Amino acid sequence: MSSTANVIDIREVRKTYDEGPAALDGLSLTVRAGEALAVLGPSGSGKSTLLNLVAGLDRPTEGSVTVDGVRVDGLSETGSARFRRERIGMVFQFFNLLDDLTVTDNVLLPSQLVGAGRAQARARAAELLDHLGIARHARAYPGRLSGGERQRVAVARALMNRPALLLADEPTGALDTASGAEVRRLLTELNADGQTILLVTHDLALAEACATRTIELVDGRIVRDVSGHLGGTAGGSVVAR
Amino acid sequence: MSALGKVVRAGVGRRRVQTVVMVLTTMMAVTASIMAGGLVVASQAPFDHAFARQHGAHLTGRFDGGRATAAQVAATAHTAGVTAAAGPFAVVTASPQLGSGHVVMNGLPPLTIAGRAERGGPVDAVTLEKGHWVTGTGQIVLAATDNGPRFGGVGQTLSFPALPGSPSLTIVGIARSVSRTADAWVAPAEIAALTKPGAAPAYEMLYRFAQARSSADLGRGKDALAAAVPPGALSGTVSYLATKHTADQETATFVPFIVAFGVLGLVMSVLIIGIVVSGAVSAGTRRIGVLKSLGLTPGQVGRAYVGQALIPASVGTVLGVVLGNIASVPLLAQASDAYGTASLTVAWWLDLAVPAGVLALVVASALAPALRAARLRTVQALAIGRTPQVGRGRFAARAAARLPLSRAVTLGLAGPFARPARSATIWAAVAFGAVGVTFAFGLGSSLSAIQDGLNQDSPGQVTVNTFAPPPGPGDGTGAGMEAGPGAAPQPGRPAQADTAAVARAVAAQPGTAGSFGTMQKELAFAGVPGAVSVTAYQGDSSWGGLQMVSGHWLDGPRQIVVGRRFLEATGKHVGDSVTLEGDGRSAAVRIVGEALTVGDSGMEVAADAGALTAVGVAVRPDSFAVELAPGTDRGDYLRALNSALQPLGVEAFAQDSELSATVIAMDTMIAMLTVMLVAVAGLGVLNTVVLDTRERVHDLGVMKALGMAPRQTVAMVVTSVAGIGAVAGLAGVPLGVALHGYVIPAMGNAAGTHIPPVDLHVYHPLPVLLLALSGLVIAVAGALLPAMWAARTSTAVSLRTE
Ligand SMILES: Nc1ncnc2c1ncn2[C@@H]1O[C@H](COP(=O)(O)OP(=O)(O)OP(=O)(O)O)[C@@H](O)[C@H]1O
Ligand SMILES: [Mg+2]
Repeated sequence: MSSTANVIDIREVRKTYDEGPAALDGLSLTVRAGEALAVLGPSGSGKSTLLNLVAGLDRPTEGSVTVDGVRVDGLSETGSARFRRERIGMVFQFFNLLDDLTVTDNVLLPSQLVGAGRAQARARAAELLDHLGIARHARAYPGRLSGGERQRVAVARALMNRPALLLADEPTGALDTASGAEVRRLLTELNADGQTILLVTHDLALAEACATRTIELVDGRIVRDVSGHLGGTAGGSVVAR
Repeated sequence: MSALGKVVRAGVGRRRVQTVVMVLTTMMAVTASIMAGGLVVASQAPFDHAFARQHGAHLTGRFDGGRATAAQVAATAHTAGVTAAAGPFAVVTASPQLGSGHVVMNGLPPLTIAGRAERGGPVDAVTLEKGHWVTGTGQIVLAATDNGPRFGGVGQTLSFPALPGSPSLTIVGIARSVSRTADAWVAPAEIAALTKPGAAPAYEMLYRFAQARSSADLGRGKDALAAAVPPGALSGTVSYLATKHTADQETATFVPFIVAFGVLGLVMSVLIIGIVVSGAVSAGTRRIGVLKSLGLTPGQVGRAYVGQALIPASVGTVLGVVLGNIASVPLLAQASDAYGTASLTVAWWLDLAVPAGVLALVVASALAPALRAARLRTVQALAIGRTPQVGRGRFAARAAARLPLSRAVTLGLAGPFARPARSATIWAAVAFGAVGVTFAFGLGSSLSAIQDGLNQDSPGQVTVNTFAPPPGPGDGTGAGMEAGPGAAPQPGRPAQADTAAVARAVAAQPGTAGSFGTMQKELAFAGVPGAVSVTAYQGDSSWGGLQMVSGHWLDGPRQIVVGRRFLEATGKHVGDSVTLEGDGRSAAVRIVGEALTVGDSGMEVAADAGALTAVGVAVRPDSFAVELAPGTDRGDYLRALNSALQPLGVEAFAQDSELSATVIAMDTMIAMLTVMLVAVAGLGVLNTVVLDTRERVHDLGVMKALGMAPRQTVAMVVTSVAGIGAVAGLAGVPLGVALHGYVIPAMGNAAGTHIPPVDLHVYHPLPVLLLALSGLVIAVAGALLPAMWAARTSTAVSLRTE
């Protein structure tokens, strides 16, 4: 994969809900492969909305969203489901694990949805759980795990199909400091291994540790776009694109 | 009220699907209960009710106008014991022809026609079913019989060619007299034109008595009337008891079936209301927790939830009452045809009792779970709700995951085990639906098989009558009143053709596959009081015999086949012999089988012709039944056969099996009640799946975020109930079969006959296989809509739902 290819290419996107003000207002953004982009911003600034559009969970009112070469905004429900299971991994603030499935079964789910080979999928899941240090909980149910462990299961699930893009919405938002730090380290390692990441967070420490680039949203517009994290080293551009 | 009221209103408004389902369910339940209840109530002594409503005549007296004057007849109204009387009405018996010009239907039975200006009155207030009452001469109103009007419809013409001036009358109405006082009514002024010149006029007088319970009572009444007029003037009387007996027996056959369906419908309604209401309340457990955390007391919570359930339930109940009454109109109309009574309506108290019962049920179903939830500690209530108690059904989930099926399907299959109580309710709803469908199928099949069996008293596709059509219409003054109005008076018996020649002509006709002759004869059996109607079979009747309950059909001389009543009356069994008494001779004949027969009150006997010749009775068939070779055109065959029969002076005509009004009415009821049962079962499933998908909206959102496509979501939700449905269907079929196995013989008992095995064993492998799938179909149909809603719910929104 060429390191210059754009994994995300968002052009002039507007998103309004009902009669309300625009949640995203003429936003354009490109993210190259290998980048770890942190999206910061006050509550209600449109961060989750941006993430939903990228994941094909919602459609923009205007503009285009292209992810890994796929025009996401034009996809049907089925099409966007297929797009997600093949190219996107998602991690949420509240883990969103299925409580009535074991850890392994949760992790296996994405590969089962694409209909991957059983043995291969099991091997991959075991490898991920092992890599993320939760192999001993493989047969447990999520209810038994700590927050940090649960989030690592969620990350394992997100990585199952080797997504082109990992989306994370407040992945440390529900975690205590120690668990937060674990997840931070994990994401940083993943990015170091080449995983493209789009990360929504309030957690400056997370952005600092993990982001290769940071943008800040206010009222649905990018007000800052810097390489590294915000108080960053290399004096990046402070220009909205 | 205000805070509580707001909670209630918000609860109703927010959960729109739930509310709609609740409205629909209560509506269906009320509709079904009113229909079923209406039928059950209507089947309780419908004759007595109709008779009371019409002030039916206990006794119809006919007077010879030559021996008593109209004034003398009218004076009998004051005879002791008479409480009400109507008449005298001039009556005449005349043979009509239907239609005019080329399209003429000949050979109609003679009608007893009464001249009556008003249809109402203190006795025998006739109910008009179609058209209007006679308003002047030139018009006639026909009496409806069990199978609709005897012939002809409103607007058609009846003519009387044998009478001077061959008067013709237009049929202006169809009316029903429960006490069957006449076959037709005309304006009083018309009677003269319908009377043969020189014939004595006759009068009819209708009476109600203070005492009319038994035939002894009526006998005393009759004696008092006879004494009130000159000797011999009272030429005949008809008592209502015979009519009542026949009507009651017809009704009795209905009752087991109506009750079975009624009970099924009521149980189903109770069950579904319980499921829907308690489901709605349980789903609100979390909300109850929130309300309690805001300071609502358990009592207030209970009231809030009962209120929340009562609003849609009341709307549904009102709609159901309206719908139930509307839907009952055709149903009860058919029932009234079948019962031979005037139109029935839903009993008024049902319209009050059913809604009251249903609403009480709603309150009970809502209160129990609401109070249970309200008594939970608030923290617990808040914790429950989003997902089922973790840990349930894990084994099943793991087992399902191993199946070589798509993950969406295996997830769905494991679903029921996580929610056993909810799964049990779906199971019950679907099982009841499957019982209903299975029972209905069996009932319908058995009824039509029984109908075919009863039609075997006129077998074959073509019948040849060996009696030439009567030379002219019967004489104008019927006498045999004891037989009841409408019974043909014995005209001079027409000439019979050479039956052997007819048999030869029929046998020689190309296209004849088989034929045999039958002859009706009243004969006596030793030990049986009175005469028994015997049908003698001459020739090979193996293809056209009656349906057998046990034993076999006639296949040799001196054999007879009888009905259950005959066996009971004689205390004999199949295989025993009885003594047949003929013209001065008697002979032992063997009972070789028991057959399905209701003729002559079930006493009718089928005998081989040899049995009759053995006692010196010559067998000259009244008619021949003919079976055509396959591929023979009946029209061509009839034309050819009739030209061959012409020199013999007899005619062949097409024999069509008749569908009785009773069977049509039953089929209609079966269809309507089954549709209701299935709809209610489907609603139960729909409601449960709606609750389930709503509770799991978050999980569904997660799966969609992971890339579960809409079709996979639908598959998952549908398979989550398909398994239960399939199992419930499998359980429902044997129950339905058992119910059928109980109800059909009970109906037979009421009609005084055993049911032949061919009519009982209607569950053949293929239909059973399809019926077993009915549960699956009901479940899938009920789940499909909510599954599609679930698939369409926005993922972004479901993930926001906490
Ligand atoms: N489904 C929706 N319907 C209506 N309005 C919505 C919806 N989702 C988001 N919004 C609105 O769009 C705006 C942006 O919301 P969004 O969830 O993207 O904010 P956010 O930046 O993620 O906030 P937070 O940091 O609190 O999560 C808000 O004003 C919100 O109310
Ligand atoms: Mg957000």
